[in-house]
Amino acid sequence: MTQGAVQTPAADAPSATVRSRARMREQWKGYAQKYGALATLAVLFLYNAVETPHFLTKQSLLFILLRQAAPIAIVAIGMAIVIGTAGIDLSVGSVMAIAGQVGATIVLHDHPVVLAMAAALLVSAVCGFFNGTLVARYGVQPIIATLILFIAGRGIAQLITGGELQPLANPAFQWVGLARPGGVPAQVIIALVVAVVAWLVMRLTVFGRHVLAVGGNETASRLAGVPSARVKLYAYIASATLAGLVGLIAVSANSASDANNTGLGMELDAIAAVAVAGTPLTGGRVTVWGAVVGAVMLKLLQNTLIAHGITKEVAQMIEGVVIVAALYLQRHES
Amino acid sequence: MGDRPPLLLSMRGINKQFLGVPALVDASLDVARGEVHALIGQNGAGKSTLIKVLTGVYRRDSGTVELDGAEVEFHSPHAAQLAGVSTIYQEVNLVPFRSVAENVFLNREPKRYGAISWRRMNADAAALLERLDIRVDVTRPLYEYSIATQQMTALARALSTEAKLVIMDEPTSALAEHEVKTLFDVIRRLRSDGISVVFVSHRLDELYAVCDRVTIMRDGHTLEDRPMSAISRYELVSKMLGRELAEELSQRRSAVQTGVEDRVPVLEATDLHRGRALEGVSVAVRSGEIVGLAGLLGSGRSETARAVFGADPLDSGTIKVDSQPVTIKSPRDAVRHKIGFSPEDRKTDGIVPQLSVRENMTLALLPHLRRNGIVDRHRQAEIVDRFIGAIGIKCSSPEQPIRELSGGNQQKVLLARWLCTDPKLLILDEPTRGIDVGAKRDIQVLVRQLADEGLAVLLISSELEEIVANSDRVVTLRDGRAVAELVGDDINEGALMQAMATGAAADTGSPV
Amino acid sequence: MTTATAPPRARRLQVGLLLQRQGALIALVLLVVLGVLRYGDRFATGYNVQSLLADNAKYGLVALGMTFVIMTGGIDLSVGSVVALGGVVAIKVSQHGLVAGLAAGIGVGALVGIVNGWLITRLKLQPFIVTLAMLLAVRGLALNVAHTRAAVASSESNFQKLGDWSAFGLPVAAWAMVLAFVGGAAALHYAPWGRQVLAVGGNVDAARLMGLPVARTTFSVYVLSGALSGCAGVFLGSQNGSVDTAAGQGWELSAIAAVVVGGTLLTGGIGSVLSTLVGVMLLQLIFNLIVFENSKHVLTISSYWESVIRGAFLLVVVLLQVRLIRRRSATGRAA
Repeated sequence: MTQGAVQTPAADAPSATVRSRARMREQWKGYAQKYGALATLAVLFLYNAVETPHFLTKQSLLFILLRQAAPIAIVAIGMAIVIGTAGIDLSVGSVMAIAGQVGATIVLHDHPVVLAMAAALLVSAVCGFFNGTLVARYGVQPIIATLILFIAGRGIAQLITGGELQPLANPAFQWVGLARPGGVPAQVIIALVVAVVAWLVMRLTVFGRHVLAVGGNETASRLAGVPSARVKLYAYIASATLAGLVGLIAVSANSASDANNTGLGMELDAIAAVAVAGTPLTGGRVTVWGAVVGAVMLKLLQNTLIAHGITKEVAQMIEGVVIVAALYLQRHES
Repeated sequence: MGDRPPLLLSMRGINKQFLGVPALVDASLDVARGEVHALIGQNGAGKSTLIKVLTGVYRRDSGTVELDGAEVEFHSPHAAQLAGVSTIYQEVNLVPFRSVAENVFLNREPKRYGAISWRRMNADAAALLERLDIRVDVTRPLYEYSIATQQMTALARALSTEAKLVIMDEPTSALAEHEVKTLFDVIRRLRSDGISVVFVSHRLDELYAVCDRVTIMRDGHTLEDRPMSAISRYELVSKMLGRELAEELSQRRSAVQTGVEDRVPVLEATDLHRGRALEGVSVAVRSGEIVGLAGLLGSGRSETARAVFGADPLDSGTIKVDSQPVTIKSPRDAVRHKIGFSPEDRKTDGIVPQLSVRENMTLALLPHLRRNGIVDRHRQAEIVDRFIGAIGIKCSSPEQPIRELSGGNQQKVLLARWLCTDPKLLILDEPTRGIDVGAKRDIQVLVRQLADEGLAVLLISSELEEIVANSDRVVTLRDGRAVAELVGDDINEGALMQAMATGAAADTGSPV
Repeated sequence: MTTATAPPRARRLQVGLLLQRQGALIALVLLVVLGVLRYGDRFATGYNVQSLLADNAKYGLVALGMTFVIMTGGIDLSVGSVVALGGVVAIKVSQHGLVAGLAAGIGVGALVGIVNGWLITRLKLQPFIVTLAMLLAVRGLALNVAHTRAAVASSESNFQKLGDWSAFGLPVAAWAMVLAFVGGAAALHYAPWGRQVLAVGGNVDAARLMGLPVARTTFSVYVLSGALSGCAGVFLGSQNGSVDTAAGQGWELSAIAAVVVGGTLLTGGIGSVLSTLVGVMLLQLIFNLIVFENSKHVLTISSYWESVIRGAFLLVVVLLQVRLIRRRSATGRAA
């Protein structure tokens, strides 16, 4: 393929055929890493289109599959950015709960909807700032730094309302979770917008390029004048803010804010979505659409298995196997 | 040398290739019993490969290794240790959080009734260290002690395994003066106990202070195996660098630009200090001038560069840019002052392997390519295309990941990374190491061209030829100090080697 | 350099170290004193101590396994799911007898550990993701075995008695925990294996150069962690008489928190088994004290403070550890 000019002059050791075969294997592996999730999604989709009655209906696609996948996709996008800096964010579920509580509580006190949402997102951003400061400034391992808020965050969310379920009935506030502009669930639209924006940011902005550089080789980046601490800080803030947004969606969709359950297990779903899309957890690569595809694929896999009488539990086991397989495929990279 | 004791180690005809590139060619190493043997050579000469072949890290392609008269082949460093060959690494390879005693006895803990006997372990460790004249609380974690003590712990570990041969890989580079003295006392004691030592160091004074014999390596070959007393410093350096005096001195361009001398220095670094790495380095670079920074490994060349660029903190010293005193605490500060730095280790400090040529090239420039927060892709592409063309970077497209490029082309991309930021000063640390001849010439020509256009360049190289051929002025470092400065036609390999070896240039030898 | 004493900076470090090593113990003692002073005899009753210990036993076992894993520089996120699986399997098998149930619970946990260890040491996959995937898979398996219902021990079997029995005033679970911790501490201190665990976590390259069996040691800690979690599941089942679908959820992170609060360094290489026990007790005691406080009806503290306080403890400990690591790398790389 694109050889010729770029081969190092030295090595003539392995014969050309051996090398080209190895190269081909590498290439296949590259494809598998890059498009494995998409291919799986396509296969699942085709299979369902043929086998599952009413699969190709708006109801089934938009309101079941995409609506379920949208929140995971949004959180996974933030997670992908953090993972791109060679970090991880375990606190997203707790941040969702906090944001949901903050938003719902403010709205229930008859304050403007905009204020409620802004406050919720701001509080989430502060959570991200906390995580980012620990990681970037104090050099705490990302797992532990975000574990702190994972543990404490849910308690904070519960304290806001004393753990009570708050029923919601405010169409304006719940737009993000319930509205269907043009017949499309709002959260699907939001997920799409977030994905496009994130994709553009990663592709076009200096920050986006810096994330990849810091995750790919932090020493080299610092020596090239990249503000690596600030880049990491922003990544955690982005992740937490997106988690907060999903927190608002979750409480709206449920018509109730429930600090005990909002966002429970979300960190795992999001990491899994990023991992199956072939994004190495060692950093240096962010595939926004990969995270989206990963989220939809895992959801569809789950739904397909369940629709075929395979229990949710077995589906979960298969999900675990899929993650290990994805990890195995990426193994030789770096 | 008829009275040389019998050989303990004899490595003969060792060959080793990596991916078809020979690293060792018919190399040999003979060490007698109770001998302190220096192993010297430039980076890439094959010293560490030879050591790693001996200690079982690498497998040799061919050749024989005899220890105590019996042929041996170790499959792991551990197997080598069991046979009496222990290595003390430059970066102490012990477990910092464990106690001194544990580090001495890990994997061989004295036991009583099947359980570790801490009392005996601590007592034995203390006794072993005492043999080295070190008295410390062996129950404290290792990291609480100085590097010197940590090395002594490693040595005690080696002794406890009944080592016959101890390899010390640059053991002194992290030690303070008095600690070096202690280490030498210990080495002499080992020698009198009949233990052999292979000593790798770049500090000539140390070699002459403690070693009996020396093996000189270059380009994977063994050049010389001689008693230390039978070789002069000057000869040692010239052998190591591969420049015979008789050899025709490389022709340097004598066309030193006129008027450069009068210009205000872009960079004036004065009396830089950092631990033992830098003990008073001063260097100035004017615009349009290429200043070479010469010196043996460990003399403070790269350390000077890193300190000026803010990559390492300074203990003391002043840095002026355009005659204005500045504080450079991080690479970002340096970039703000329009300084660029291409580091010595391309792989770990230079490239971001997964990213494309385009991304790598514009990494330092990115903030300036911003328009409304968005990278101006059009301008970016234009700049990248321009530099790919101007410098002659061979890549299939700007989008090709940089890790797929050859070393020379990677280096060109890194050069372009800084050139596109329009720097005033460019620091190049070994810009042509490990790249092919063509790319090397390209880069050297380019750097000269840039200097002629007014760029100030600080050039670091371990190749004398490169320094001589490309520098307008050369500052020579030795053991962390600037010891000599040569200008214009005074720059020749002989004078440089003289300065590196003895600390005084043959003729003009006054420090900056 | 002869007769080098610990340099002065080390002395300042020692205060930090003491705080970092024994901070949890100091806090625990303070909390106990507070409890006794404020709630008097009711707090210090045998019953309270007993139930505290019995409850803690499960968390303690899980945290013990996690301690060893973390000492090697790894992590095991699958423990919570293993607790559920161990409990469910033990209940199912206990129809054939108590011992069979106990063995099955521990065995199935060890099996999960073997899979974890194999994936991590043989295929060289990252522990974090491997055990994350196992968290999902094993929970699925547990639910599948239990048919997505709470697994209930039959009243005819003597399985539940395991949870009720006590000897010398302490419940069996507490004894098991005490034994496990004493055994673990002894293994860490007196067996070469313990030293290997710490060496692998402290500097894996050095460990390899010293000829330590790095892969085997790493493998063993995951198996141990699995077995102990399985055992915790058995006690959970026997104490409650059932294992519900959410059993063990989130335990992995509580265990990590207990280990870290106890002062085991998350990057590996430093740690103590007994301080993990202190960490477990400390984190549980907070909950216990909140219950007592509320029963006094003077100040009503929401039990939700519990997790906030736990998080705060974790934060403080982590920041102390950061200081320690910075010092170490500063001394290690100086000059």
